[in-house]
Amino acid sequence: MKALGCVVGLAAAVVSPAASQAAPPLPPFSVVVKDGVATIPAPLTSEPGDPKAGATVVVDRQLGNCLSCHEIDVLRGEEFHGDVGPPLNGVAKRWDTATLRMIVVNPKKVFGEDTVMPAFYRVDGLNRVRPEFVGKPILTAQQVEDVVAFLAALK
Amino acid sequence: MSPRLALCAIVLLAIVGGAVAIAWGRSGPERPHWEGHGIKPPDKDFPLPEIVSGYWFRTKETQAIQDDDFNNPGFFAVEQGEELWSKPDGAAGKSCASCHQDAATSMKGVGAAMPKWREALHKPVNLEQQINICRTERMQAEPWKFGSAELTAMTTYVRFQSRGMPVRVRIDGPMAPWFERGKQLYHTRNGQLDLACASCHEKNYGRNLRADFLSQGQSNGFPVYRLRDQRLVPLHERMEGCIFDVRGIPYAPLSDEFLALELYLAWRGTGLPVETPAVRN
Repeated sequence: MKALGCVVGLAAAVVSPAASQAAPPLPPFSVVVKDGVATIPAPLTSEPGDPKAGATVVVDRQLGNCLSCHEIDVLRGEEFHGDVGPPLNGVAKRWDTATLRMIVVNPKKVFGEDTVMPAFYRVDGLNRVRPEFVGKPILTAQQVEDVVAFLAALK
Repeated sequence: MSPRLALCAIVLLAIVGGAVAIAWGRSGPERPHWEGHGIKPPDKDFPLPEIVSGYWFRTKETQAIQDDDFNNPGFFAVEQGEELWSKPDGAAGKSCASCHQDAATSMKGVGAAMPKWREALHKPVNLEQQINICRTERMQAEPWKFGSAELTAMTTYVRFQSRGMPVRVRIDGPMAPWFERGKQLYHTRNGQLDLACASCHEKNYGRNLRADFLSQGQSNGFPVYRLRDQRLVPLHERMEGCIFDVRGIPYAPLSDEFLALELYLAWRGTGLPVETPAVRN
C-alpha cells in the first residue's frame, strides 16, 4: 500500500528547567500518515523486537502495566486484568504493525486527544512530571519494539 | 433441524457462551453492584448521569465494616476528636467547647457545607483550615500540622456531626472562580502517565484498573479509614497520592489548588450523604 506522504519528525526537546540535567531528547523517528491513520513503519531500534521480552514489559507494573487497562487471554496466568480499554486479544488482526507501534508510542495520534491511554514513548507536552521521570519516556525504544512484537503476535 | 430446535440450540449456545465469557473474562474478585444506588444530579448539565458514593464501589465486606460503628476503626478518630474538643490548649486557656459547647448541636451540618467562603481572608477555607483558624485566633494555640493525628481526628469528629446530611457547597458569588479553577484542575492531565482526575473517575468509573475498581472519586466519606493504610486519610492526602501515582508533582495539602479541587469535588457529590468516617480499601 502506498504511503500518502506526510513524514513528520517527532521527539521534541523537553521544555523544562530540569531538561539540561535530564536525558537527551528522544532520537527522531518518522510518522507516516497512511489512509488517514498515523503509523510508524520503521522500527525504533536496529535490534528486532522480542515478543517474550515484550510479554514481561506488558505485565510489569512499573513498565507497560498494560494489564492495568486491558484483558489479554494469553497472559491469564497473571491476576487482575483491567477493562478500562478494550481486550487486546486479536489486536494484530485490527491493526498492522506500523499502527500498533504508533499506538504504543503515542495513542493520541491514532485515537485522538481524548484517549486516556498514556503515550509510552514521549517526553514532551506533559504537565507537572515528577523530576525523576522528566525527559524519560515510560518505555525505552527497545521495550516499545518488544511490546510491538508481542502485540503483533496476538492474532 | 426444525426451526424450533435450531432456536433452542442457539439459545443454549448463547447461555453457555455467556457463562464461559464471564468466567474467562474476569479473573479478579466479583465486582460490586454500584448501579442503581446513585442519586439524581441537580440539573441536566451535571457531569455525571447519577451521583454514586464510593461506598457502593466497595465490596460487601468493606461496606459491612463501615456499617457497624463498633467495628469501624475510623471511630477511634471520632473518639479522639471528642476528647480534644473539650481539652483546653493555647494561651487563651480555651477548648473548642468553650465557644461551641456541644459539638452534636453546634457542628451539625458544618462539615457538609465545606469549603466555605471566609470574607476576612478573601478565600474559601476547608474544615482543617477552619479548625486551625480557631486554634490560632481564638485559643492562641499552635496550628496542628496537616496530616497530624490531632488535626485529622478533629476534622473527622466535626464532619461526623453531619453524618447522613447531604453534601451541599456554595459555588456562587466569590466562590465561582474557585469552582472554575477546581473544575479546570479536575480535567487537567498530570505526570508522565498523562492522566487527569476525570480520566479515571468521570470517564471510567465502574471499570477495573487492574485490581482497583474505579469509583467516581467522591469526597463524602472523608476523612476515610483506608484499609491498606490502616489509618484515617484526609482528602488532600488522597489527592496527593493520585497525582503522585500518575508520576506527577502533587500540589501541597491545603494549597489553593487542592482547596479549589476540594470545592469542585464536593459539588460533584451534591446531595450525597456525609459518611465520615467512611471505610475504603
